[in-house]
Amino acid sequence: MSTQNPGACVEFAHASVTYTSGSEHVSACHDVSLSIGAGESVALIGPSGCGKSTTLHMAAGLLAPTEGNVLINGSAIEKPRQTTAFIPQDLGLLPWKTVLQNASLGLIVQKIPKHEATERARAALAQVDLAGFEHAYPKELSGGMRQRLALARALAADADLLLMDEPLSAIDSLLRESLQDTLLELWQQRKHTQMLVTHSIEEAVYLGERIVVFSPRPGTVVADIQNPLMGTETWRDSPQFAQKCLEVRYALTAGACDTLRKEGK
Amino acid sequence: MKSSLLRKIAGYAFAIVFIVAGWWITALAVDSPALPTPIAAVEVLTANVDALVPYFLTSAWRVVVSLLIGTLLAVPLAQAFTRSPVLDTLFAPVVYLLYPIPKVVLLPVLLALFGLADAPKIVLISLTVFFQVLVAVRDAVRSVPQSALLAIRSLGGSPWDEYKHVIVPATLPAVFTSLRIGVGTAIAVLFIAEAMAGSTGLGYYIMQSWSMVNFPRMFAGIIAMALLGIVLYAIFDIIERSLTSWR
Repeated sequence: MSTQNPGACVEFAHASVTYTSGSEHVSACHDVSLSIGAGESVALIGPSGCGKSTTLHMAAGLLAPTEGNVLINGSAIEKPRQTTAFIPQDLGLLPWKTVLQNASLGLIVQKIPKHEATERARAALAQVDLAGFEHAYPKELSGGMRQRLALARALAADADLLLMDEPLSAIDSLLRESLQDTLLELWQQRKHTQMLVTHSIEEAVYLGERIVVFSPRPGTVVADIQNPLMGTETWRDSPQFAQKCLEVRYALTAGACDTLRKEGK
Repeated sequence: MKSSLLRKIAGYAFAIVFIVAGWWITALAVDSPALPTPIAAVEVLTANVDALVPYFLTSAWRVVVSLLIGTLLAVPLAQAFTRSPVLDTLFAPVVYLLYPIPKVVLLPVLLALFGLADAPKIVLISLTVFFQVLVAVRDAVRSVPQSALLAIRSLGGSPWDEYKHVIVPATLPAVFTSLRIGVGTAIAVLFIAEAMAGSTGLGYYIMQSWSMVNFPRMFAGIIAMALLGIVLYAIFDIIERSLTSWR
């Protein structure tokens, strides 16, 4: 990619989301304040329903905070940005489009001329080892290949912000590690900003320079763990890796206990 | 690829043999001029083909125009309903109550309003098709994967992009499925409408032959109407398949 964007900065300032259904108010996330610098890789982790997906949806511009602000590069998000790539849990591939058409979707939406869009999509597909599958349909691909196709779509759109909502949750563990390596390599090459929502402590520690821990509902940030050794050689097999995992596990447990204590009052 | 094609051809050859044999046996057993044997039917059809053509074209025109009108009205409406919760809440019960009513009972009303020519027939068939397509497309839009919509929205896609890249390709197969299934009903309604009123179309031709006790002529009309149904069914089937090659 020649026209590499530098990563975007994302700032959550006391952002809360409350859903109203009938007379009931459900708080999906509460007072989230988080500042993510350009080119950072942040993992969001927490129990189910803690608002980490809601946080990601706000960053994608798919959901406006009911209170507080979410800023990208200093300005409030009013609608989804074309250089934000959002990979939903089930990837959001369009089954009626070929691999090539799926990869170029972001560019077509940006009204980039078709031949240029095709060219960039081909390059992105080659980057994730999907060259040769341009005319297949998503159904004909394996789980890991579909995963890489979703990544190619983000690469082709030259995303400066990559948002992933448990993208690897449906993948078996060996393949999962190799896809995590792909994600890591791409991030190290491109230096985009990325936010990864995950359930897996190991995944958070492997892919997050910072690990942001959420408490149970109403979700809020309870810990922001720095993880400077992430991305170094043999990181996954090092004793520090296991130690970091333990640290995150403690933070998760502490967050959960804290909430329980508050509710007990 | 080649063997599957051969198998398909063999399948259709068997079907034709099966149907013709069944017809033949029934005709021999009934032994009535009202049901000629296949050989007699072919003779009758070739003898009447010149007289039949204008009737066939009238009927074909009516049914095709009606299918078009019914579909073109139903598809955008069904998509609008499902995209707008307010519209859907208001109109879903209306559709629910009107859908099961056999539209064909409105024929006398339509004849009184629109006369005996094309208009009442086209209105009646359009109405029948309209509800079938409306219900099918409404269900199809509701089953569009939310993540596909999220994905296109998050890429900065406009509502038009959502429509073009997601809603239309996701629901088009349902349109043609409902049309393919609806062809039978549409032609049945056409037959009744033409038989009841006017002096054009295959329905009229068949019933007029019947009242003249000209059974060979009547049977030629029946075969023509059957052909109309098969041809339309095959066309919609082919379109549907080509649109769902991704499945």
